[in-house]
Amino acid sequence: MSASGTGGLVTRAEHCVVAVAECFRGDGEIMANPIGTIPMIGGRLARASFSPDLVMTDGEALLVSGPYPVGVRNAPKTVEAWNPYRSMFDVVWSGRRHVMMGASQIDAHGNQNFAFVGEWARPKAQLLGFRGAPGNTIQNVTSYWIPNHSSRVFVEEVDVVSGVGYDRAAALGTAGRFHEIRRVVTNLGVLDFETPDRRMRLREVQPGVTVDEVVAATGFELAIAAEVTETRAPTPDELALIREVIDPAALREQEVPDP
Amino acid sequence: MSDKRVTEADVVAELRDGMTIGIGGWGSRRKPMSLVRAVARSDVKDLTVVSYGGPDVGLLCATGNVRKVVYSFCSLDSIALEPHFRNARQAGAISTLELDEGMFLLGLQAAAWRVPFLPTRVGLGSDLMRQEEIRTVRSPYDDAEELVAAPALPLDLALVHMHRGDARGNGQYLNVDPYFDDLFCMAAKRRFMSVERVVETDALAGGGPIQSMRISRLMTDGVVEAPGGAHFTECVPDYGRDEAFQREYTTSAKSPEAWATWREKYLDCGDHAEYRKVVGL
Repeated sequence: MSASGTGGLVTRAEHCVVAVAECFRGDGEIMANPIGTIPMIGGRLARASFSPDLVMTDGEALLVSGPYPVGVRNAPKTVEAWNPYRSMFDVVWSGRRHVMMGASQIDAHGNQNFAFVGEWARPKAQLLGFRGAPGNTIQNVTSYWIPNHSSRVFVEEVDVVSGVGYDRAAALGTAGRFHEIRRVVTNLGVLDFETPDRRMRLREVQPGVTVDEVVAATGFELAIAAEVTETRAPTPDELALIREVIDPAALREQEVPDP
Repeated sequence: MSDKRVTEADVVAELRDGMTIGIGGWGSRRKPMSLVRAVARSDVKDLTVVSYGGPDVGLLCATGNVRKVVYSFCSLDSIALEPHFRNARQAGAISTLELDEGMFLLGLQAAAWRVPFLPTRVGLGSDLMRQEEIRTVRSPYDDAEELVAAPALPLDLALVHMHRGDARGNGQYLNVDPYFDDLFCMAAKRRFMSVERVVETDALAGGGPIQSMRISRLMTDGVVEAPGGAHFTECVPDYGRDEAFQREYTTSAKSPEAWATWREKYLDCGDHAEYRKVVGL
Protein backbone atom coordinates (compact mmCIF):
# COMPACT_ATOMS: atom_id res chain seq x y z
CA MET A 1 0.00 0.00 0.00
CA SER A 2 0.98 3.59 -0.38
CA ALA A 3 -0.27 6.80 1.16
CA SER A 4 -3.07 8.51 -0.74
CA GLY A 5 -3.96 12.16 -1.00
CA THR A 6 -7.07 11.41 1.02
CA GLY A 7 -5.03 10.33 4.02
CA GLY A 8 -5.95 6.68 3.61
CA LEU A 9 -3.98 3.88 2.01
CA VAL A 10 -4.01 3.04 -1.66
CA THR A 11 -3.67 -0.60 -2.69
CA ARG A 12 -1.40 -2.09 -5.34
CA ALA A 13 -4.49 -2.93 -7.37
CA GLU A 14 -5.57 0.71 -7.33
CA HIS A 15 -2.15 1.77 -8.60
CA CYS A 16 -2.58 -0.81 -11.37
CA VAL A 17 -5.99 0.65 -12.27
CA VAL A 18 -4.49 4.12 -12.62
CA ALA A 19 -1.55 2.79 -14.66
CA VAL A 20 -4.04 1.14 -17.03
CA ALA A 21 -6.10 4.32 -17.28
CA GLU A 22 -2.95 6.28 -18.15
CA CYS A 23 -2.47 4.05 -21.22
CA PHE A 24 -5.62 5.58 -22.71
CA ARG A 25 -4.75 9.20 -21.94
CA GLY A 26 -4.89 11.34 -25.07
CA ASP A 27 -6.58 8.64 -27.17
CA GLY A 28 -9.54 10.89 -28.00
CA GLU A 29 -12.62 9.46 -29.70
CA ILE A 30 -11.55 5.90 -30.36
CA MET A 31 -12.70 2.58 -28.97
CA ALA A 32 -10.93 1.65 -25.75
CA ASN A 33 -11.17 -2.11 -25.42
CA PRO A 34 -9.54 -3.22 -22.18
CA ILE A 35 -9.96 -6.97 -21.53
CA GLY A 36 -9.77 -8.26 -17.96
CA THR A 37 -10.97 -6.95 -14.60
CA ILE A 38 -8.38 -4.30 -13.78
CA PRO A 39 -8.16 -3.24 -17.44
CA MET A 40 -11.94 -2.67 -17.53
CA ILE A 41 -11.81 -0.67 -14.32
CA GLY A 42 -8.89 1.36 -15.65
CA GLY A 43 -10.54 2.00 -19.00
CA ARG A 44 -13.75 3.16 -17.37
CA LEU A 45 -11.75 5.35 -15.01
CA ALA A 46 -9.98 7.00 -17.96
CA ARG A 47 -13.31 7.73 -19.63
CA ALA A 48 -14.91 8.98 -16.42
CA SER A 49 -12.03 11.39 -15.87
CA PHE A 50 -9.38 12.56 -18.34
CA SER A 51 -10.39 10.76 -21.58
CA PRO A 52 -14.14 11.41 -21.77
CA ASP A 53 -14.53 10.75 -25.50
CA LEU A 54 -13.49 7.09 -25.37
CA VAL A 55 -16.00 4.63 -26.81
CA MET A 56 -16.44 1.33 -24.96
CA THR A 57 -18.38 -1.91 -25.41
CA ASP A 58 -20.48 -3.91 -22.97
CA GLY A 59 -18.28 -6.91 -23.85
CA GLU A 60 -20.89 -8.09 -26.30
CA ALA A 61 -22.76 -6.27 -29.07
CA LEU A 62 -23.41 -2.80 -27.65
CA LEU A 63 -21.44 0.40 -27.26
CA VAL A 64 -22.38 1.81 -23.88
CA SER A 65 -21.56 4.87 -21.83
CA GLY A 66 -21.13 4.86 -18.09
CA PRO A 67 -19.54 4.79 -15.64
CA TYR A 68 -21.14 1.68 -14.26
CA PRO A 69 -19.79 -1.08 -12.02
CA VAL A 70 -17.75 -4.04 -13.28
CA GLY A 71 -18.98 -7.55 -12.62
CA VAL A 72 -22.65 -6.54 -12.55
CA ARG A 73 -24.35 -7.96 -15.60
CA ASN A 74 -27.47 -5.81 -15.66
CA ALA A 75 -26.01 -2.56 -14.34
CA PRO A 76 -27.90 0.39 -15.80
CA LYS A 77 -26.04 1.95 -18.68
CA THR A 78 -26.75 4.10 -21.70
CA VAL A 79 -26.65 2.29 -25.03
CA GLU A 80 -24.93 4.47 -27.63
CA ALA A 81 -24.79 2.15 -30.63
CA TRP A 82 -25.11 -1.40 -31.91
CA ASN A 83 -21.78 -3.11 -32.49
CA PRO A 84 -22.18 -6.82 -33.24
CA TYR A 85 -19.03 -8.92 -33.57
CA ARG A 86 -18.70 -8.38 -37.29
CA SER A 87 -18.78 -4.59 -36.80
CA MET A 88 -15.86 -4.97 -34.42
CA PHE A 89 -13.64 -5.88 -37.34
CA ASP A 90 -14.68 -2.66 -39.10
CA VAL A 91 -13.46 -0.78 -36.03
CA VAL A 92 -10.21 -2.74 -35.71
CA TRP A 93 -9.31 -2.66 -39.38
CA SER A 94 -9.98 1.08 -39.60
CA GLY A 95 -7.55 1.56 -36.73
CA ARG A 96 -9.94 3.43 -34.41
CA ARG A 97 -9.22 1.25 -31.41
CA HIS A 98 -6.79 0.69 -28.56
CA VAL A 99 -7.03 -2.82 -27.16
CA MET A 100 -5.51 -4.10 -23.93
CA MET A 101 -5.03 -7.85 -24.02
CA GLY A 102 -3.48 -10.43 -21.75
CA ALA A 103 -0.44 -12.56 -22.51
CA SER A 104 0.63 -16.02 -21.40
CA GLN A 105 4.09 -15.25 -22.79
CA ILE A 106 5.69 -12.04 -24.05
CA ASP A 107 9.23 -11.37 -25.26
CA ALA A 108 11.50 -8.31 -25.28
CA HIS A 109 10.09 -7.13 -28.64
CA GLY A 110 6.49 -7.47 -27.50
CA ASN A 111 5.75 -10.68 -29.36
CA GLN A 112 2.85 -12.16 -27.42
CA ASN A 113 1.43 -15.66 -27.07
CA PHE A 114 -1.86 -16.73 -25.59
CA ALA A 115 -2.67 -19.38 -28.22
CA PHE A 116 -0.97 -22.49 -26.81
CA VAL A 117 2.24 -23.59 -25.14
CA GLY A 118 4.42 -26.34 -26.57
CA GLU A 119 4.28 -28.03 -29.95
CA TRP A 120 1.83 -26.91 -32.63
CA ALA A 121 0.52 -30.43 -33.35
CA ARG A 122 0.28 -31.47 -29.72
CA PRO A 123 0.52 -28.55 -27.33
CA LYS A 124 1.48 -29.07 -23.72
CA ALA A 125 -1.25 -26.59 -22.87
CA GLN A 126 -3.95 -25.46 -25.27
CA LEU A 127 -4.81 -21.88 -24.31
CA LEU A 128 -7.11 -19.37 -26.02
CA GLY A 129 -6.08 -19.86 -29.64
CA PHE A 130 -5.01 -16.88 -31.76
CA ARG A 131 -8.32 -15.07 -31.14
CA GLY A 132 -8.03 -11.52 -32.51
CA ALA A 133 -4.39 -10.99 -31.60
CA PRO A 134 -2.84 -11.03 -35.10
CA GLY A 135 -5.38 -8.52 -36.41
CA ASN A 136 -5.35 -6.34 -33.31
CA THR A 137 -1.61 -5.92 -33.24
CA ILE A 138 -1.19 -5.19 -36.95
CA GLN A 139 -4.20 -2.84 -37.26
CA ASN A 140 -4.66 -0.81 -34.05
CA VAL A 141 -2.87 0.26 -30.90
CA THR A 142 -2.26 -2.53 -28.40
CA SER A 143 -1.31 -2.57 -24.73
CA TYR A 144 -0.93 -5.55 -22.45
CA TRP A 145 -2.04 -6.31 -18.90
CA ILE A 146 -0.12 -8.93 -16.98
CA PRO A 147 -1.29 -9.43 -13.39
CA ASN A 148 1.49 -11.91 -12.57
CA HIS A 149 4.82 -10.49 -13.70
CA SER A 150 7.25 -13.42 -13.75
CA SER A 151 9.94 -15.03 -15.87
CA ARG A 152 7.35 -17.62 -16.94
CA VAL A 153 5.45 -14.86 -18.73
CA PHE A 154 8.33 -12.53 -19.68
CA VAL A 155 10.35 -15.01 -21.73
CA GLU A 156 13.33 -14.94 -24.07
CA GLU A 157 11.26 -16.55 -26.82
CA VAL A 158 7.52 -17.18 -27.00
CA ASP A 159 6.36 -20.63 -28.15
CA VAL A 160 4.06 -19.17 -30.81
CA VAL A 161 3.52 -15.56 -31.89
CA SER A 162 -0.17 -14.61 -31.74
CA GLY A 163 0.37 -10.87 -31.13
CA VAL A 164 3.01 -9.23 -33.33
CA GLY A 165 6.03 -7.56 -31.70
CA TYR A 166 8.18 -4.65 -32.88
CA ASP A 167 10.90 -6.71 -34.56
CA ARG A 168 8.41 -8.57 -36.71
CA ALA A 169 6.40 -5.43 -37.49
CA ALA A 170 9.60 -3.65 -38.57
CA ALA A 171 10.50 -6.55 -40.86
CA LEU A 172 7.17 -6.03 -42.66
CA GLY A 173 8.11 -2.53 -43.78
CA THR A 174 5.12 -0.40 -44.78
CA ALA A 175 2.68 -3.24 -44.04
CA GLY A 176 3.58 -2.82 -40.38
CA ARG A 177 2.83 0.91 -40.33
CA PHE A 178 -0.24 0.66 -38.09
CA HIS A 179 1.55 -1.40 -35.43
CA GLU A 180 2.03 0.15 -32.00
CA ILE A 181 2.41 -1.43 -28.58
CA ARG A 182 1.81 1.42 -26.17
CA ARG A 183 2.45 -0.06 -22.73
CA VAL A 184 2.72 -3.25 -20.73
CA VAL A 185 1.16 -2.82 -17.29
CA THR A 186 1.90 -5.43 -14.62
CA ASN A 187 1.48 -5.97 -10.92
CA LEU A 188 5.11 -4.86 -10.54
CA GLY A 189 5.32 -1.85 -12.83
CA VAL A 190 4.81 -0.25 -16.23
CA LEU A 191 6.88 -0.98 -19.31
CA ASP A 192 7.06 0.54 -22.78
CA PHE A 193 9.08 0.24 -25.98
CA GLU A 194 10.49 3.76 -26.13
CA THR A 195 14.03 2.61 -26.90
CA PRO A 196 16.08 3.03 -30.11
CA ASP A 197 15.75 -0.67 -30.99
CA ARG A 198 12.19 -0.95 -29.66
CA ARG A 199 13.07 -3.41 -26.94
CA MET A 200 10.95 -3.45 -23.80
CA ARG A 201 11.91 -0.90 -21.16
CA LEU A 202 10.96 -0.50 -17.54
CA ARG A 203 9.59 3.02 -17.00
CA GLU A 204 7.74 2.82 -13.67
CA VAL A 205 7.62 0.53 -10.67
CA GLN A 206 4.75 0.02 -8.27
CA PRO A 207 5.37 1.55 -4.82
CA GLY A 208 7.43 -0.87 -2.72
CA VAL A 209 8.85 -2.67 -5.77
CA THR A 210 12.51 -2.23 -6.70
CA VAL A 211 13.99 -2.19 -10.18
CA ASP A 212 16.00 -5.28 -9.23
CA GLU A 213 12.83 -7.15 -8.36
CA VAL A 214 11.36 -6.42 -11.78
CA VAL A 215 14.61 -7.43 -13.50
CA ALA A 216 14.65 -10.69 -11.52
CA ALA A 217 11.05 -11.42 -12.53
CA THR A 218 11.80 -10.86 -16.23
CA GLY A 219 13.25 -13.68 -18.33
CA PHE A 220 15.05 -11.43 -20.83
CA GLU A 221 17.40 -8.49 -20.62
CA LEU A 222 15.24 -5.53 -19.78
CA ALA A 223 16.06 -1.97 -20.81
CA ILE A 224 15.76 0.42 -17.89
CA ALA A 225 14.66 4.04 -18.21
CA ALA A 226 17.23 6.62 -17.11
CA GLU A 227 14.87 7.57 -14.35
CA VAL A 228 12.43 4.89 -13.19
CA THR A 229 9.61 6.58 -11.31
CA GLU A 230 6.86 5.19 -9.11
CA THR A 231 3.40 4.67 -10.58
CA ARG A 232 1.22 7.53 -9.51
CA ALA A 233 -1.49 7.15 -6.90
CA PRO A 234 -5.09 7.91 -7.82
CA THR A 235 -6.30 11.43 -7.08
CA PRO A 236 -9.07 11.67 -4.47
CA ASP A 237 -11.65 11.98 -7.25
CA GLU A 238 -10.23 8.97 -9.06
CA LEU A 239 -10.16 6.94 -5.88
CA ALA A 240 -13.80 7.73 -5.23
CA LEU A 241 -14.68 6.68 -8.78
CA ILE A 242 -12.79 3.41 -8.38
CA ARG A 243 -14.13 2.48 -4.97
CA GLU A 244 -17.66 3.81 -5.09
CA VAL A 245 -18.72 3.80 -8.73
CA ILE A 246 -16.71 1.49 -10.95
CA ASP A 247 -15.63 -1.31 -8.63
CA PRO A 248 -17.64 -1.17 -5.39
CA ALA A 249 -17.27 -4.96 -4.99
CA ALA A 250 -13.45 -4.53 -4.96
CA LEU A 251 -12.93 -7.18 -7.68
CA ARG A 252 -9.61 -5.46 -8.39
CA GLU A 253 -8.22 -6.75 -5.09
CA GLN A 254 -8.89 -10.35 -6.17
CA GLU A 255 -6.94 -9.89 -9.38
CA VAL A 256 -3.95 -8.25 -7.70
CA PRO A 257 -3.93 -8.94 -3.95
CA ASP A 258 -2.10 -6.36 -1.89
CA PRO A 259 1.44 -7.54 -1.05
CA MET B 1 -44.66 -23.93 -52.09
CA SER B 2 -42.00 -26.07 -50.57
CA ASP B 3 -42.08 -27.13 -46.94
CA LYS B 4 -38.48 -27.53 -45.78
CA ARG B 5 -39.19 -29.00 -42.38
CA VAL B 6 -36.91 -31.95 -41.58
CA THR B 7 -35.63 -33.74 -38.49
CA GLU B 8 -32.18 -33.93 -36.93
CA ALA B 9 -31.93 -37.48 -38.30
CA ASP B 10 -32.59 -36.20 -41.83
CA VAL B 11 -29.70 -33.77 -41.46
CA VAL B 12 -27.31 -36.44 -40.20
CA ALA B 13 -28.26 -38.60 -43.20
CA GLU B 14 -26.66 -35.92 -45.40
CA LEU B 15 -23.28 -36.34 -43.73
CA ARG B 16 -20.41 -38.24 -45.27
CA ASP B 17 -17.02 -39.09 -43.82
CA GLY B 18 -14.46 -36.38 -44.42
CA MET B 19 -16.97 -33.56 -44.96
CA THR B 20 -16.35 -29.99 -43.88
CA ILE B 21 -19.13 -28.65 -41.69
CA GLY B 22 -19.60 -25.11 -40.42
CA ILE B 23 -21.45 -24.45 -37.17
CA GLY B 24 -22.98 -21.05 -36.39
CA GLY B 25 -23.26 -19.23 -33.08
CA TRP B 26 -20.31 -17.94 -31.06
CA GLY B 27 -18.57 -19.62 -28.11
CA SER B 28 -21.34 -20.91 -25.86
CA ARG B 29 -24.04 -18.80 -27.51
CA ARG B 30 -26.89 -19.87 -29.81
CA LYS B 31 -25.25 -23.09 -30.94
CA PRO B 32 -27.41 -25.62 -32.86
CA MET B 33 -26.84 -28.20 -30.14
CA SER B 34 -29.68 -30.58 -31.03
CA LEU B 35 -28.11 -30.93 -34.48
CA VAL B 36 -24.61 -31.19 -33.03
CA ARG B 37 -25.71 -33.94 -30.65
CA ALA B 38 -27.28 -35.81 -33.57
CA VAL B 39 -23.95 -35.62 -35.41
CA ALA B 40 -22.13 -36.70 -32.24
CA ARG B 41 -24.37 -39.78 -31.95
CA SER B 42 -23.64 -40.77 -35.55
CA ASP B 43 -20.66 -42.82 -36.73
CA VAL B 44 -19.57 -40.23 -39.30
CA LYS B 45 -15.84 -39.64 -39.04
CA ASP B 46 -12.95 -37.44 -40.18
CA LEU B 47 -15.04 -34.27 -40.17
CA THR B 48 -13.44 -30.88 -40.52
CA VAL B 49 -15.34 -28.52 -38.23
CA VAL B 50 -15.32 -24.76 -38.91
CA SER B 51 -16.59 -22.77 -35.95
CA TYR B 52 -16.31 -19.78 -33.66
CA GLY B 53 -15.91 -22.62 -31.25
CA GLY B 54 -17.79 -23.60 -28.16
CA PRO B 55 -19.26 -26.89 -26.89
CA ASP B 56 -20.17 -27.81 -30.47
CA VAL B 57 -16.49 -28.33 -31.23
CA GLY B 58 -15.75 -29.87 -27.84
CA LEU B 59 -18.54 -32.41 -28.03
CA LEU B 60 -17.59 -33.57 -31.53
CA CYS B 61 -13.95 -33.87 -30.42
CA ALA B 62 -14.99 -35.94 -27.41
CA THR B 63 -17.02 -38.33 -29.54
CA GLY B 64 -14.21 -38.70 -32.09
CA ASN B 65 -16.10 -37.48 -35.17
CA VAL B 66 -13.52 -34.81 -35.90
CA ARG B 67 -10.21 -34.92 -37.72
CA LYS B 68 -9.57 -31.20 -38.05
CA VAL B 69 -10.79 -28.01 -36.42
CA VAL B 70 -10.71 -24.63 -38.17
CA TYR B 71 -10.98 -22.07 -35.39
CA SER B 72 -9.65 -18.95 -33.71
CA PHE B 73 -10.90 -19.75 -30.21
CA CYS B 74 -12.83 -22.49 -28.48
CA SER B 75 -14.48 -21.20 -25.33
CA LEU B 76 -17.51 -21.67 -23.09
CA ASP B 77 -17.54 -17.90 -22.32
CA SER B 78 -18.12 -18.19 -18.58
CA ILE B 79 -15.52 -20.99 -18.61
CA ALA B 80 -12.63 -19.66 -20.66
CA LEU B 81 -11.33 -22.85 -22.28
CA GLU B 82 -13.43 -25.59 -23.87
CA PRO B 83 -12.32 -28.65 -21.88
CA HIS B 84 -12.94 -31.43 -24.41
CA PHE B 85 -11.32 -29.46 -27.22
CA ARG B 86 -8.37 -28.88 -24.90
CA ASN B 87 -8.10 -32.61 -24.20
CA ALA B 88 -8.19 -33.42 -27.91
CA ARG B 89 -5.49 -30.84 -28.71
CA GLN B 90 -3.23 -31.92 -25.88
CA ALA B 91 -3.61 -35.56 -26.90
CA GLY B 92 -2.65 -34.68 -30.49
CA ALA B 93 -5.95 -36.26 -31.57
CA ILE B 94 -6.93 -33.52 -34.03
CA SER B 95 -5.20 -31.20 -36.45
CA THR B 96 -6.07 -27.53 -36.69
CA LEU B 97 -6.13 -24.55 -38.97
CA GLU B 98 -5.47 -21.64 -36.66
CA LEU B 99 -7.11 -18.38 -37.71
CA ASP B 100 -7.55 -14.84 -36.46
CA GLU B 101 -11.22 -14.10 -35.66
CA GLY B 102 -11.48 -11.58 -38.48
CA MET B 103 -9.60 -13.75 -40.96
CA PHE B 104 -12.24 -16.38 -40.19
CA LEU B 105 -14.95 -13.91 -41.23
CA LEU B 106 -13.10 -13.17 -44.46
CA GLY B 107 -12.81 -16.90 -45.17
CA LEU B 108 -16.57 -17.38 -44.85
CA GLN B 109 -17.23 -14.25 -46.90
CA ALA B 110 -14.84 -15.39 -49.64
CA ALA B 111 -16.57 -18.75 -49.84
CA ALA B 112 -19.97 -17.04 -49.89
CA TRP B 113 -18.83 -14.80 -52.76
CA ARG B 114 -17.16 -17.72 -54.55
CA VAL B 115 -13.69 -16.17 -54.62
CA PRO B 116 -10.58 -18.07 -53.45
CA PHE B 117 -9.46 -15.49 -50.90
CA LEU B 118 -9.93 -11.98 -49.59
CA PRO B 119 -6.98 -9.67 -48.98
CA THR B 120 -6.17 -8.38 -45.53
CA ARG B 121 -3.28 -7.16 -43.46
CA VAL B 122 -4.37 -9.50 -40.65
CA GLY B 123 -1.92 -12.29 -39.97
CA LEU B 124 1.22 -10.53 -41.22
CA GLY B 125 4.07 -10.92 -38.77
CA SER B 126 2.24 -13.53 -36.72
CA ASP B 127 2.83 -17.28 -36.61
CA LEU B 128 -0.43 -17.85 -38.45
CA MET B 129 1.79 -17.47 -41.50
CA ARG B 130 3.71 -20.62 -40.53
CA GLN B 131 0.74 -22.59 -41.83
CA GLU B 132 1.00 -23.70 -45.43
CA GLU B 133 -2.74 -23.06 -45.95
CA ILE B 134 -2.28 -19.31 -45.42
CA ARG B 135 -0.42 -17.47 -48.16
CA THR B 136 0.21 -13.91 -49.25
CA VAL B 137 -0.68 -11.94 -52.35
CA ARG B 138 0.84 -8.77 -53.78
CA SER B 139 -1.39 -5.84 -54.61
CA PRO B 140 -1.48 -5.31 -58.42
CA TYR B 141 -1.86 -1.57 -57.87
CA ASP B 142 0.86 1.01 -57.44
CA ASP B 143 1.24 0.40 -53.69
CA ALA B 144 2.36 -3.20 -54.44
CA GLU B 145 1.73 -4.02 -50.80
CA GLU B 146 2.04 -7.64 -49.78
CA LEU B 147 -1.13 -8.78 -48.05
CA VAL B 148 -2.48 -11.98 -46.58
CA ALA B 149 -4.79 -13.89 -48.91
CA ALA B 150 -7.27 -15.08 -46.28
CA PRO B 151 -8.32 -18.43 -47.74
CA ALA B 152 -11.96 -19.12 -48.54
CA LEU B 153 -13.59 -21.58 -46.15
CA PRO B 154 -16.10 -23.44 -48.35
CA LEU B 155 -18.40 -25.72 -46.40
CA ASP B 156 -20.16 -28.91 -47.42
CA LEU B 157 -22.79 -28.33 -44.77
CA ALA B 158 -23.76 -25.53 -42.41
CA LEU B 159 -25.72 -25.85 -39.16
CA VAL B 160 -27.20 -22.77 -37.46
CA HIS B 161 -29.78 -22.09 -34.77
CA MET B 162 -32.33 -19.25 -34.93
CA HIS B 163 -35.06 -18.17 -32.57
CA ARG B 164 -37.87 -18.25 -35.13
CA GLY B 165 -38.31 -19.53 -38.62
CA ASP B 166 -41.02 -20.51 -41.04
CA ALA B 167 -41.53 -23.80 -42.83
CA ARG B 168 -40.04 -22.36 -46.03
CA GLY B 169 -36.67 -21.70 -44.42
CA ASN B 170 -36.75 -18.02 -43.51
CA GLY B 171 -35.12 -17.38 -40.13
CA GLN B 172 -35.03 -14.70 -37.45
CA TYR B 173 -32.69 -14.01 -34.53
CA LEU B 174 -34.01 -12.13 -31.50
CA ASN B 175 -30.83 -11.58 -29.47
CA VAL B 176 -28.39 -8.69 -29.91
CA ASP B 177 -25.97 -10.34 -32.32
CA PRO B 178 -26.54 -12.21 -35.59
CA TYR B 179 -23.03 -13.65 -35.17
CA PHE B 180 -21.99 -15.00 -38.60
CA ASP B 181 -24.83 -17.43 -39.18
CA ASP B 182 -25.90 -15.95 -42.51
CA LEU B 183 -22.32 -16.22 -43.77
CA PHE B 184 -22.06 -19.85 -42.64
CA CYS B 185 -25.17 -20.56 -44.69
CA MET B 186 -23.92 -18.61 -47.69
CA ALA B 187 -20.56 -20.43 -47.57
CA ALA B 188 -22.13 -23.91 -47.63
CA LYS B 189 -23.51 -26.28 -50.25
CA ARG B 190 -26.22 -27.62 -47.91
CA ARG B 191 -27.68 -25.46 -45.10
CA PHE B 192 -29.76 -26.56 -42.14
CA MET B 193 -31.34 -24.25 -39.61
CA SER B 194 -32.85 -25.33 -36.34
CA VAL B 195 -35.29 -22.92 -34.72
CA GLU B 196 -36.90 -22.59 -31.33
CA ARG B 197 -40.29 -22.31 -32.99
CA VAL B 198 -41.69 -22.58 -36.51
CA VAL B 199 -44.23 -19.81 -37.10
CA GLU B 200 -46.29 -18.45 -39.99
CA THR B 201 -44.21 -16.24 -42.28
CA ASP B 202 -46.24 -13.16 -41.33
CA ALA B 203 -45.40 -13.74 -37.69
CA LEU B 204 -41.70 -13.12 -38.39
CA ALA B 205 -42.11 -9.49 -39.39
CA GLY B 206 -44.54 -9.10 -36.50
CA GLY B 207 -42.15 -10.72 -34.03
CA GLY B 208 -39.21 -8.37 -34.18
CA PRO B 209 -37.54 -5.56 -36.11
CA ILE B 210 -37.16 -6.21 -39.81
CA GLN B 211 -33.35 -6.35 -39.38
CA SER B 212 -33.78 -9.46 -37.24
CA MET B 213 -34.94 -11.44 -40.30
CA ARG B 214 -31.36 -12.15 -41.29
CA ILE B 215 -31.80 -15.60 -42.84
CA SER B 216 -33.79 -15.83 -46.06
CA ARG B 217 -34.93 -19.06 -47.63
CA LEU B 218 -32.25 -18.54 -50.27
CA MET B 219 -29.82 -19.51 -47.54
CA THR B 220 -31.45 -22.71 -46.24
CA ASP B 221 -32.26 -26.23 -47.41
CA GLY B 222 -33.96 -27.51 -44.31
CA VAL B 223 -35.62 -26.33 -41.10
CA VAL B 224 -35.64 -28.33 -37.89
CA GLU B 225 -38.06 -27.27 -35.17
CA ALA B 226 -36.10 -27.76 -31.96
CA PRO B 227 -37.45 -26.05 -28.84
CA GLY B 228 -34.52 -25.72 -26.48
CA GLY B 229 -32.33 -26.67 -29.42
CA ALA B 230 -29.45 -24.45 -28.31
CA HIS B 231 -29.37 -25.83 -24.75
CA PHE B 232 -27.07 -25.53 -22.79
CA THR B 233 -25.72 -22.57 -24.69
CA GLU B 234 -27.25 -19.11 -24.41
CA CYS B 235 -30.35 -18.39 -26.48
CA VAL B 236 -31.71 -15.16 -25.02
CA PRO B 237 -34.42 -13.89 -24.98
CA ASP B 238 -35.90 -17.41 -25.03
CA TYR B 239 -33.50 -18.74 -22.37
CA GLY B 240 -30.11 -18.00 -20.87
CA ARG B 241 -27.11 -20.29 -20.69
CA ASP B 242 -27.61 -23.26 -18.35
CA GLU B 243 -24.52 -22.57 -16.27
CA ALA B 244 -25.03 -25.52 -13.90
CA PHE B 245 -25.36 -27.89 -16.83
CA GLN B 246 -22.32 -26.33 -18.49
CA ARG B 247 -20.28 -26.95 -15.32
CA GLU B 248 -21.42 -30.58 -15.35
CA TYR B 249 -20.38 -30.81 -19.01
CA THR B 250 -17.00 -29.34 -18.12
CA THR B 251 -16.52 -31.84 -15.30
CA SER B 252 -17.16 -34.65 -17.78
CA ALA B 253 -13.81 -33.82 -19.42
CA LYS B 254 -11.86 -34.69 -16.28
CA SER B 255 -11.65 -38.44 -16.89
CA PRO B 256 -12.78 -41.13 -19.37
CA GLU B 257 -15.12 -42.43 -16.68
CA ALA B 258 -16.72 -39.03 -16.16
CA TRP B 259 -17.14 -38.66 -19.90
CA ALA B 260 -18.71 -42.13 -20.24
CA THR B 261 -21.24 -41.22 -17.56
CA TRP B 262 -22.11 -37.90 -19.19
CA ARG B 263 -22.30 -39.45 -22.61
CA GLU B 264 -24.63 -42.22 -21.49
CA LYS B 265 -26.95 -39.82 -19.74
CA TYR B 266 -27.13 -36.90 -22.18
CA LEU B 267 -26.02 -38.22 -25.55
CA ASP B 268 -26.94 -41.87 -25.74
CA CYS B 269 -30.37 -41.07 -24.26
CA GLY B 270 -31.67 -40.58 -27.80
CA ASP B 271 -33.04 -37.79 -29.94
CA HIS B 272 -33.81 -34.22 -28.93
CA ALA B 273 -37.23 -35.15 -27.52
CA GLU B 274 -35.59 -37.68 -25.18
CA TYR B 275 -32.84 -35.20 -24.27
CA ARG B 276 -35.47 -32.63 -23.31
CA LYS B 277 -37.05 -35.16 -20.97
CA VAL B 278 -33.73 -36.08 -19.38
CA VAL B 279 -32.68 -32.47 -18.89
CA GLY B 280 -36.19 -31.31 -17.98
CA LEU B 281 -36.50 -28.70 -20.72
